[in-house]
Amino acid sequence: MKPAPFDYRAPATLQEAIDLLAAEPEALLIAGGQSLMPVLAFRLASPSMLVDLRRVAGLGDIAIDGGGVLLGARVRWRDIDDDPRLQTAHPLLREAIAHVAHYQIRNRGTVGGSLAHADPAAELPGIAVTCDAEITLAGAAGARTLRAGEFFTGPLSTARRPDEIITELHLPLWPRNRRWAFQEFAQRQGDFALAGTALFYDEDQDGLVRNAHVGVIGACDRPQRLTEVETLLNGHAVGEGLFREAAEAAAQAVDPPDDLHANAAYRRGLVATLVARGLRASHIRGR
Amino acid sequence: MIGTNRYIGSPVERIEDLRFLRGRGEFVGDLRRDGMLHAAILRSPIAHGRIRRLDAAAGRALPGVHAVITATEIGAVPRIPLRLLPLPGTERFLQPVIAADRVRYVGEPIAVVLAASAALAEDGVGAIALDIDELPPVADRRASGRDGILLFEESGTNLAMQFTATLGDADAAFRDAPYVRRERFQTQRYTALPMESRGVLAEWDAGRVRMTVLGAAKVPFFNRDTLAAMLGLAPADVDLIENDVGGGFGARGEFYPEDFLIPFAARHIGRPVRWIEDRREHLTAMNHARQADCEVEIACRRDGTILGLRGEVFVDLGAYVRTNGLIQPRTLAQFFSGPYRVPNIRITSMALLTNKTPSGTYRAPGRYEASFFCERLIELAAGDLEIDSAEMRRRNLIAAAEMPYKLARLEPGGPAADTECDSGDYREALERCLAEFGWVDKRTLQGRLINGRYHGIAVACFIEGSGAGPKETARLELEPDGTVAVYVGSAAVGQGLETVMAQIAADTLGIPLDQVRVLHGSTLYLQEGYGAFASRSTVLGGSAVFEGAKVLLEKIRTAAAARLGEAAADVELVDGRARTSDGRSLSLSELAADGLRVDTAFANNNRLTYSYGSAAAHVAVDPGTGHVDLLDFLVVEDVGRIVNPLTLHGQAIGGIVQGLGGAFMENLVYDGNGQLLAGNLADYLIPTASDFPRIRAIALENHPSTSDPLGVKGAGEGAIIPVGGLMANAVANALASFGAMPNQLPLSPARVWQMGPMEGQTSP
Amino acid sequence: MQVSFQLNGEPVEVDIEPRMHLADCLREMLRLTGTHLGCEHGACGACTVIVDGAAVRSCLILAVQAEGSSVVTVEGLSSEEALTPLQAAFRKHHALQCGFCTPGMLTTAHALLTEEPDADADRIRSALSGNLCRCTGYIPIVEAVLEARAAYRKSDKP
Repeated sequence: MKPAPFDYRAPATLQEAIDLLAAEPEALLIAGGQSLMPVLAFRLASPSMLVDLRRVAGLGDIAIDGGGVLLGARVRWRDIDDDPRLQTAHPLLREAIAHVAHYQIRNRGTVGGSLAHADPAAELPGIAVTCDAEITLAGAAGARTLRAGEFFTGPLSTARRPDEIITELHLPLWPRNRRWAFQEFAQRQGDFALAGTALFYDEDQDGLVRNAHVGVIGACDRPQRLTEVETLLNGHAVGEGLFREAAEAAAQAVDPPDDLHANAAYRRGLVATLVARGLRASHIRGR
Repeated sequence: MIGTNRYIGSPVERIEDLRFLRGRGEFVGDLRRDGMLHAAILRSPIAHGRIRRLDAAAGRALPGVHAVITATEIGAVPRIPLRLLPLPGTERFLQPVIAADRVRYVGEPIAVVLAASAALAEDGVGAIALDIDELPPVADRRASGRDGILLFEESGTNLAMQFTATLGDADAAFRDAPYVRRERFQTQRYTALPMESRGVLAEWDAGRVRMTVLGAAKVPFFNRDTLAAMLGLAPADVDLIENDVGGGFGARGEFYPEDFLIPFAARHIGRPVRWIEDRREHLTAMNHARQADCEVEIACRRDGTILGLRGEVFVDLGAYVRTNGLIQPRTLAQFFSGPYRVPNIRITSMALLTNKTPSGTYRAPGRYEASFFCERLIELAAGDLEIDSAEMRRRNLIAAAEMPYKLARLEPGGPAADTECDSGDYREALERCLAEFGWVDKRTLQGRLINGRYHGIAVACFIEGSGAGPKETARLELEPDGTVAVYVGSAAVGQGLETVMAQIAADTLGIPLDQVRVLHGSTLYLQEGYGAFASRSTVLGGSAVFEGAKVLLEKIRTAAAARLGEAAADVELVDGRARTSDGRSLSLSELAADGLRVDTAFANNNRLTYSYGSAAAHVAVDPGTGHVDLLDFLVVEDVGRIVNPLTLHGQAIGGIVQGLGGAFMENLVYDGNGQLLAGNLADYLIPTASDFPRIRAIALENHPSTSDPLGVKGAGEGAIIPVGGLMANAVANALASFGAMPNQLPLSPARVWQMGPMEGQTSP
Repeated sequence: MQVSFQLNGEPVEVDIEPRMHLADCLREMLRLTGTHLGCEHGACGACTVIVDGAAVRSCLILAVQAEGSSVVTVEGLSSEEALTPLQAAFRKHHALQCGFCTPGMLTTAHALLTEEPDADADRIRSALSGNLCRCTGYIPIVEAVLEARAAYRKSDKP
């Protein structure tokens, strides 16, 4: 399974990379290559040129400040694992990323690559959407920032234009006493999730749920926030009864695909299970 | 009996390991020849159709492409014959080496592209213009059985073969039985998936009129003869050489179209040609296996004694009958009853053609499926009759006093129509298994909800018929350096053949292990040989080596005696030297000039020898996700005699994990158009290191085989047999409160979830 | 295109098509066939090598992307004379049968234990879950890696 032939460039600067993409409409970007290389091996894509970001500096940093967490597009899964600050700065991100793929892939796969590939079952897009993250892109027309909810347009589709390069992902500041959970179920460790959920909320001084964010992966054609479930949770007291209602609402709110691994009915049930378990876990966590 | 027995029975570390650990193995993809070209194969993207147009001009024109070979260049070549069970009528359904007009499955070879690199060859394939007029595909065995659309019109049917296994009078038994239960069961289509895909490297020497093929495995002698006939050569003009082989499991090594196409290409172009199968093509090109469904019934007395088994099995064979394609349907019928005493049997097994990749044998073919069907039936009967699962097995196991015990007669069966369980104490293995597993204690967990999971346990019993005949060959030669070269007709597929054969030779001769060198599989070494299948290598190959070593020992003693002026009876072989009682000795290298060698064969009159055992499992089912956690799995198997406990244990664990893959996750899913949906390793799932960490295997050697001089029975396929039925019964028992009926494999999370409370779906 | 990198401690230079992946470059151009190809789509791990200290799937890296890097293959894990403690542990525990997945298992285990010599059985299983084996059922492989930890704890490099 060898790819079709292509030219290869490894530009030294971001602007050179953008210029190459703009000049060569059939070119594709490559960073870690963990998603793109299989696509090329199956000849599902035959780009005329690959533009490699490996020499472009400044895209590999994790910056944490009062505004939140900024991940450069070339930050790898293992960089997230290895950064101890994220345990408190964004525990939900850290937990979700622990489920990504396998040991070898984690050494190469990148934030930008995952966002650009937009697999509906992938963890990072799910975190981005759940947390209202912002994605910055640089292209021939300049730089722009999109909210994650607008960025993902369908299975393996995004709003990125062919000449644009994702440069960073920004996650809003994460308060210390936030309740959160990440729950995923895959057939084997490291497989794409049959479904997963990332959720968080804050508890006010009366023990009521505020600012609920409930996101789902693998159960729709793109990562999705379940606003009906969030509405159901907000302003109510935490407890088993509320959690079960929310789980049931989650099952109804998704429109899962049927595929060779599972049918829609199962995925709905799985979403309900994972949301319920996530809410129970979030309730205990942060006490 | 023999030598010193210091190696047989010992966990000798494998000789083969040294090169593999260093990355110095020689798999066919590692080999190259000067001037070699690379081949890629154009395969049908359509499941059923007629080739209307095949235009290779654009492919041929690509730089680096040297040739495109189609049916036009190949001409008339015999179809691929059956190696096993070439029954009358099957000649209608044999596969051609290349599609000429008709294609019958996605993946069927249509053209071969030869180029300077594998990448260029693949480019060439992509440039060929191919138009196929689609015919409606026969998508499954039900459509096939209606004989509406036929894969082979002239034959008038899609039924390739029908087998019937009979014992006693099933109809009478069912008529009078106080208890009868009838059910439907289904096993899925899946595949052996060795980690090394296939490959062929062929060299044609026009001057010496000699074809050499590397990448052989399993049955190189049969394949050599088949290839020679297809190429119009004498068998002596063709050499098949076995290198290192990355797993076989019954699927690699049979004669496939590429085993003709690549040698043909080499002769056609006058240069060596290498083809390495990629994983995507592997999933549509290499033998599929196991897909079967049945409607069967069991008849019992109220005390659980089985009176009869009756029913029909339907095998989805795929588009052609492959070299060993009929083994699965025939074995399914004949061994349906497994190790149980069932006096009345009638099982009919039908092999039906469909527009899918053809199927063949895969580790314990037919037996895994039969065990699933039979163990499910037995468990349901036990439940209905309120008899403990273990007691149900105990009551019905063939007893030691009943040996030899005749199994069902198979028609058409040829020389293997009748078979009998030869020796052993099946109950002994069951009791050992139950005790080690802790059955009595674990029974209290049956069906209980503990920490959010439902617990279930189950037990199953099995027999493994091994040592398929007719015979195996060996040659032993004393080399000038004093080592003994052992050439065996058996083939190595990763099972440790080199070490096990060396252990037998070294012990028999009384020489150190490192003075034995085993060479295997290639047609260069021996006039004839039979190969590695049906767990026969140790039984037949090992026996051939044993017998040959005894004869060689005598020759050595006689030769030494002549030189030392003694009687042969006064000469012993001790630590590699021929020694008289008064201390004079000769080294083996000193004797080598006498040209000492033995050619031998061991034949067993096609009499199988049966390993047997029991397995038990404990699972915990998560009702919210459908995940099944295997908390404990134990198999106890009596293999007659253990040559190498280390490699034997490896076969058991490896076989069990393969079985678990089939039980839970492996599935070659096709859509209604005959398109394979599970076309890569992200969709076709096999177990990984984190899936099943708790597996135990115990081997017994309490009842040696009486069919061979070593007393060994085969041990490559036993442990996989009970896995499907065991897992299904354990899950059924865990979810008994929901009336769960796991009658279909694989037990995917979605399927298991649907059998439970479907938590999350209903309100609290 | 010209590519230069360090291979098992020695500098190499090859001229290859951009589309050639690192595994094919090692196997076909540099004649080190110990790195195996089991799937070519990043699912099986047989092609694992160590690039700049990290275990990676060499079928998912273009050879041109290895420019300037240090690459270690299974051949570079040991000398001619003796087996390393990791290799010896594999042999002792019968952690290989056909040997095809073995190079990938060794490079992955070596990279893991170099960084995490105290990895427990769960961590080892998790790290190896991206390496498929069809013969052994994995249990002896995990046992071998557990035993090999002792050698990695003693010093930086075994």
